[in-house]
Amino acid sequence: MVVIQRVVKATTRKGKKVLIKKEPQVNEGPKRALFLQGRRSSDKLRRLTKDLFDIKKPDAQLLNKKNDITIFEDATPVERFCRKFETPLFVMSSHSKKRPDNLVIGRMYNYSLLDMIELHVENIECMREFACQKIVLGTKPSLVFNGPTWEETEELKHLKSLFIDIFHREEVESVRLQGLEHTISFTATPEGKILIRSFNVLMKKSGTRVPRLELEEMGPRIDLTLRRSKLPSEDLMKEALRKPKELKVTKKKNISVDGLGTTHGRIHVGKQEIQKIQTRKMKGLKKTPEEIKMKRAAKRSADNNNVNKIKKQKLG
Amino acid sequence: MDVVKDVLEKSAKEADKYKSVEVNKLIDIDVGALLAIDSNPLDSKALRSSPNDYLLKLTRDNVQLMYNQIWELPTERIEEAIVVKLPKPKYSLPRAKPVPKPRSLTKWEQFAKAKGIVKKKRTKLTWDDQLKKWIPLYGFKRAAAQKEKDWVLEVPQNANPMEDQFAKKVEAKSERVAKNELQRLHNIAKAKHVKIPRFGLTNPDVSSAKELQAAVTVAKSSTASLGKFQEKLPKEKEARGVGAITPGATRKRKLPPVSGSDEKTQNLNIVETVLNKRPKIDMEKAVARHMNDEQLQRSEEKKGERPKRLRKSHGSSTGGGGRKKPKNSNRPRKGKMAGGRKRR
Repeated sequence: MVVIQRVVKATTRKGKKVLIKKEPQVNEGPKRALFLQGRRSSDKLRRLTKDLFDIKKPDAQLLNKKNDITIFEDATPVERFCRKFETPLFVMSSHSKKRPDNLVIGRMYNYSLLDMIELHVENIECMREFACQKIVLGTKPSLVFNGPTWEETEELKHLKSLFIDIFHREEVESVRLQGLEHTISFTATPEGKILIRSFNVLMKKSGTRVPRLELEEMGPRIDLTLRRSKLPSEDLMKEALRKPKELKVTKKKNISVDGLGTTHGRIHVGKQEIQKIQTRKMKGLKKTPEEIKMKRAAKRSADNNNVNKIKKQKLG
Repeated sequence: MDVVKDVLEKSAKEADKYKSVEVNKLIDIDVGALLAIDSNPLDSKALRSSPNDYLLKLTRDNVQLMYNQIWELPTERIEEAIVVKLPKPKYSLPRAKPVPKPRSLTKWEQFAKAKGIVKKKRTKLTWDDQLKKWIPLYGFKRAAAQKEKDWVLEVPQNANPMEDQFAKKVEAKSERVAKNELQRLHNIAKAKHVKIPRFGLTNPDVSSAKELQAAVTVAKSSTASLGKFQEKLPKEKEARGVGAITPGATRKRKLPPVSGSDEKTQNLNIVETVLNKRPKIDMEKAVARHMNDEQLQRSEEKKGERPKRLRKSHGSSTGGGGRKKPKNSNRPRKGKMAGGRKRR
C-alpha cells in the first residue's frame, strides 16, 4: 500500500479516493494546464488562449476572471491556483502598455514554481480562419523542432522542454497507426522569433508500406518572441527529472544469448572444502585406539630422525 | 522474357504515379516521444519570402522521416486497429510531484513478516444458528446483525447482578476502539520519526487546562499508596471523570452513618464478612493433589521392596510431597481464549 498514513483519516470513501489521487504516483498521467489572465487581456491573447485551451482539452482548466498577479515578482497566487486545480502547468496572459500581448508559460514541481518563460505574442491566426477538417479531440501530436538554435541557449532549451511538456499529452506505450493525425512544428529563426505551426497529417498511398504524408495547416499560427525568463536551479531540476526506481530496467546478469539463439547461463559455484565433505561412514575401516597410538609413535620417531639428520648436516 | 519486361514496366509506371517517401536528411528522432529535432540550418531567404510554405515543406519532410521509423516498429492488431508498440522515450521531462517514498511497515506488519504470517481473507458471511441466517462478519450490516443477536445478554456467574451488561459491552468496545486508535497514532509517529513519550502529555505547551488537570491527577495517584499521602495545594481540585478511574484520586471520606440502625447494620456486615469466610475449593487442584499423594504412597511402598544400592537417588519425602501439579496445565479454556487466537 502506497497510501500515506494520515493522523486525521478521511471520513467518506469518496474523500479517501480524492486524497489518494493527489498523492505522488510512480507513473504520472497527463499533466493538466491552467489558463489564467493577469490584470488586463487583449483581443489577440483571448483568441490565443481559447485556441490553446481547445488543443489541450480535456487536460486543461480555463479561468475567466482577471487576477491582480505580477508573476515575476510574486508567484505564490499562481502556485495556490495550481494546487487547487491540480495543474502542474500554467499559461498566464496579460496585457499592459509596457508589456503588450504578454504570455507566461511555466510549470510546477511539488506545488512550487519550477520554471517559467515570458513570451511576446506578435501574430496569431486562429483555427477558425483555416478552412479544413480538424482533428479528433485528444490525439497525441508529433512534435517537430526546426532550427539549430534550440540547442544553443539555455532559455531555448527550457522553452523546448516546456513546449514538449504542454503539447505531448502523456507517455504512451503503443499508438494506433491511423491515429497519428496531428503535428505541431516549432521553428526558432536566427533573428530570435519562434514560429509555431499546427498541421493535419493526411496519409496518401505510396508504393511502399509507409504512406506518403501531406500536411494541411489547420491550427493556430503563432509567432512569438522571447522576453524574460526564470529558470530553475540545477539541483531542483535534477530532482524533478529523477526517475523512480520501479521504472528502471534491471538487466538479468549471467544470461547471454549466442548467435544461434541458444540461451547460455553461468552458475558460480563457491569453493569446496574437500577435507570437510560429508561422506559415507565405513565403520570397519575406522582405526582402533591401538592403531592410532602406533601411528603417532611412528610419526614421532620419523620426526626425530629428520631432526637428527638436520643436526648432523649442520654440524658436519 | 517479354512477360518479365512487361511486369517491370508496369511496376515502374505505378511507382511513378505515387510520390516517394524517401527523404535525404539527418535529424534526431525520439520515436518513443513522437519527437523530431532538426538541427540543420534554416533557409533564411525562404523564411523571409514565404515562411509558411517553407515551414510546411520542412515539417513535412521531418514528419515523413519520423513516420518512416515508426512504420518499422513491430505492430499488432487489436480489434480491427493496427497498433504499433513504441519504445521508451529518450527525452526526459520533469515530474509534477516527487518520487513516492515507500511506506515503512507498522509494528504488526514487521512482526508478521518476521514470523511468516500471511494475510488470509476471511469469508464475509457466516451461518449463525441463533438467528438462522447468514450474517456478515465485518463491514456493511454487521452491527445490525450483532444488535439482533444481543437482544438478551446473559449475566455471568461471578458478576454483580445489578451491573448493566449492555453498558459494559458498549464500554468495552469503546475501550478497544481507543486502544486501536492509540496504536495507529504510535505507528504514524514511528513512521515519521516523531518522538512521543510513552505516557503523559505529548505536548504540554498546547494542552488545555482540563488535560493538564487530568495529567496531574493521574501522576499523583501513580505512587505505591495510590496517591493517599500526596500533598495537595490549598485550592486544588481533581479532574472530573479521572477521579472515578484512578483508584487513589478520590479523597472524599465516607461520612459516618446518621442513624443508629444504619451503624448497626454496617458493623454487623463487617463482622459477617470476617467470620463467614469459607475456603474456596479448587476442585481440580484438590483432585490433582489427591492423585499426587496416592502416587507418592505407592512409590514409597515400592521403595521398601527394592535393593538398597539404587535408593541413593531418592531424597527425603518432603521434597516429593511438596511437589504440586501446576494449576493451569490442562484446564479447558472457554470463551475468549477458545480459539487460541486473539481477535483484533
